[in-house]
Amino acid sequence: MTDSVQSQIDSVIKGNDIVLFMKGTPQMPQCGFSQRVSAILAAHEVPYVSINILLDPAVREGIKIYSDWPTIPQLYVKQEFIGGCDIVSEMHENGELADVLKPFVKAA
Amino acid sequence: MSNINPDDLKALVCQHITDAQVDVHCYSGDDHFEMTVIAASFEGQSRVKRHQMVYNALGDNMRAAVHALALKTQTPTEASK
Repeated sequence: MTDSVQSQIDSVIKGNDIVLFMKGTPQMPQCGFSQRVSAILAAHEVPYVSINILLDPAVREGIKIYSDWPTIPQLYVKQEFIGGCDIVSEMHENGELADVLKPFVKAA
Repeated sequence: MSNINPDDLKALVCQHITDAQVDVHCYSGDDHFEMTVIAASFEGQSRVKRHQMVYNALGDNMRAAVHALALKTQTPTEASK
């Protein structure tokens, strides 16, 4: 199963600047941790692609293998794995995330 | 559903990261945990790498018994700030 799923995940990550793998959608998150990360991205006013992993069990398992990371949400910026909710929250609070996201902020 | 208690999680982390000081407790139900790990071996490692070290120590428990793990990783120097 995994080969096509892995390449599917790979192409989403390579084809988009910011990708959030989450439970639910930014409009209707299905988990507090996913909700928190999508709210942080919204606060930074950056456009991003969100993937609802609840829609496809293969993607749900596949992203864990792809990132070597057992939990959801997972944030990618420019193909780099930034982390899950704890790391994103920590970087949001200490200002590191603003630096990472700065190039992608929507023009006013 | 197999239950795991905070002491089991702590033991697993200490087994794999031998210099780790682990503080862990449940914050909701019996499968939502909050953990702080302080270890000198985190020195020079990215946050992602540090978390991966802890996740690897917990192994299959991350898939089954642990529903949520709020994790904080620090070196002794960072912890003393």
